[in-house]
This record gives sequence, structure tokens and C-alpha cells, in this order.
Amino acid sequence: MPGLSGRMSTVIKAKISKLLDRAEDPAETLEYSYQKQIELLQNVKKGIADVVTSKKRLQLQEEKYQQQVVKLDTQARQALAAGNEELARTALERKTALQGELQSLDSQIGQLEQQQEQMTASEQKLRSKIEQFRSKKEVIKAQYSAAEAQVRISEAATGVGDEMADVGLAMQRALDKTENMKARADAVQELEAAGTFEDLTQIGSGEDDIDRQLKALSSSTEVDAQLAQMKAELGAGSGAKGELGTGAPTAGGEGAGAGQEQAQ
Amino acid sequence: MIVRIATEGQYEVSDDDIPGLNELDNLAVTSCEANDDAAFHDVFMRLLEYVRTHGRRLPEDELVGSDVMLPPPDFSLEEAKAEFRGEGLIPG
Repeated sequence: MPGLSGRMSTVIKAKISKLLDRAEDPAETLEYSYQKQIELLQNVKKGIADVVTSKKRLQLQEEKYQQQVVKLDTQARQALAAGNEELARTALERKTALQGELQSLDSQIGQLEQQQEQMTASEQKLRSKIEQFRSKKEVIKAQYSAAEAQVRISEAATGVGDEMADVGLAMQRALDKTENMKARADAVQELEAAGTFEDLTQIGSGEDDIDRQLKALSSSTEVDAQLAQMKAELGAGSGAKGELGTGAPTAGGEGAGAGQEQAQ
Repeated sequence: MIVRIATEGQYEVSDDDIPGLNELDNLAVTSCEANDDAAFHDVFMRLLEYVRTHGRRLPEDELVGSDVMLPPPDFSLEEAKAEFRGEGLIPG
């Protein structure tokens, strides 16, 4: 069974059969197996807590993006008011790119939320299976000969191991997902700091060139529309040559190389 | 054969239904190798549905190990590419 879950359950089954081999006395095996299950259940709980923590971190990231979007919008307005259309365009381009990131982060956090619910449900199921094992072990101890008991313990423990593999798999997937998202968010942050936001496409979203060009096209249309709207709001040509706020975006230049390296 | 659908639970599939399951499993691997997202999603859903309809759902209080564990319903092509190799989840 070369499949993913095959591999996972094999690992867990191997662990459990190993611990079953350790003791000759079935009663001892039963107790040991049960203790081990309780321990593993604790690990599952800890794992779920980890997923929740990572998710919260991503939600904070999301808030940060939202603030940056507002800031870039303000800067674009200031630049336009000062008559610097190029600078306004740059700010709007970054804003649009960031909004795209925000959208995908949002949907991924949603997915993570679902996974978390599933995991909690699986943990409940696991807990009840361990509980069954506990009552079953008393029956086995009382009713079966040593040889027969060994077989029955093994069966029951495999059943628990199976449930454990299921929740373990869900946990691993959720953690992988938060790690990926966090890595991407960090890369975006680096690029933003280095002023190379136009290289956002280089951090590997798995898109091909056509996707990227299409996105660039729609993004530039979007930017044009926003610029036009801002101009209308300001009243065309009436913009006073005022100074820009500090921290106004600068077009990507020297920082580009460093930013890209960070992203890879 | 006992089949678990990850995040859902266990089903008992009779020997007569295994060839059908196997066929879908092989199709899943083929579409995965062809990198065909839509086809993979379609055949994987059919695979799960096959288990749900042909299999008998095991009660929650049954303690039994699975022969095969199928990935969860939201399993993506990307994940499948990393995990499906050779004969798929069900050998043969």
C-alpha cells in the first residue's frame, strides 16, 4: 500500500505492534497499550493547539495586510494630490498586489478553520475509541486465555491506531498548510520591506506565465480605474504640489536582488 | 476489506466490490500522472462515493484496523502527486 495513508497507518501500526511484543503477559500488554494511547491522545491535543496558534498568527498577518492596503491607498492619494502620477501608480499597484494576497490568505484561513473543526471531531472519536479499548481490556482480561487475549488485544489496539492515524494525518496537513502560508506571508513581507513588490509573482504561487500575464493585465486595468477615480475625486489638475507623507513607497530598485533571495 | 476514508470513518467493502474499487483507484493514479486536475477530482470523488455506497459503514464503537486508508475528501491534486505512486492506494 504505497499510498499516503497507507504509509501513515503502517508507521503507527508498527509502533503499536512493537509495544505489544514487549510484554509476554497479556494483562501487562493491555495496560501498557492503554497508557500509550492516552499519551498519544495528549499529543493529538497538543497538535490541535499548535494548529490554532498558527492560525491566529496568520490572522494577525491578515490584519497587517489590511492596514498596509489602507496606508498605500492614502499614499496614492497624497502622491496624486502632489501631481506625482507615477508614484501614485506604484502605490496602487502594490495595493492591488497586496489585496490579491489578502484574498488568498483569507480563503486559506477559512479552509484551515474547517480542518480544525474536523480535527476536533476526530479527536472526540479517538477519545471514545480509547474509552472502548479501556472497557474491552477488562473483558479480555477476564474471559480469554493468554494466547487468545494476545490476538484480541492486537486487533483492538490496531483499531485505535487506525483512528489515531486518521487524526494524525489531518493534523499534519493543517500544520503543513499553516507553514506554507506563513512562509509566503514572510516572503511578501520581505519584498514589501525591500520595495520590490512588483516581484510578488516570483514567490512561487504555482502559476504559469499566462496566468501571470493575465493577472498583470487585470491588475493594471484595476490600477488605471482606481487612478481615474482618485483623479476625479481630487478634481483633475487642481492638485497642489504638497509634500508626501513619510514612508511613501519608492519604486523597486537596489533592494530587488536581496528581496528575491529572501523569497526563495 | 476494511477501508477508511480519512476524516469520515471506516467501511467494510465486500470482496465482490474490490475490482470496481481497484479500477477507480487506478484511474485516479492515471489522472494524477496526467496532471489533470478536473479528471482527478472527478475520479477521486467517484472513488469515495463508491466506498460509501458499496461499503457498509462500520459502527463507531467497533475497534478494527483498516486494510486501506483513503485520503480525505478535500485531497488536492498537488497532494496526490506527492503521495500516489506506482499502484495507487490499492495494489494490483
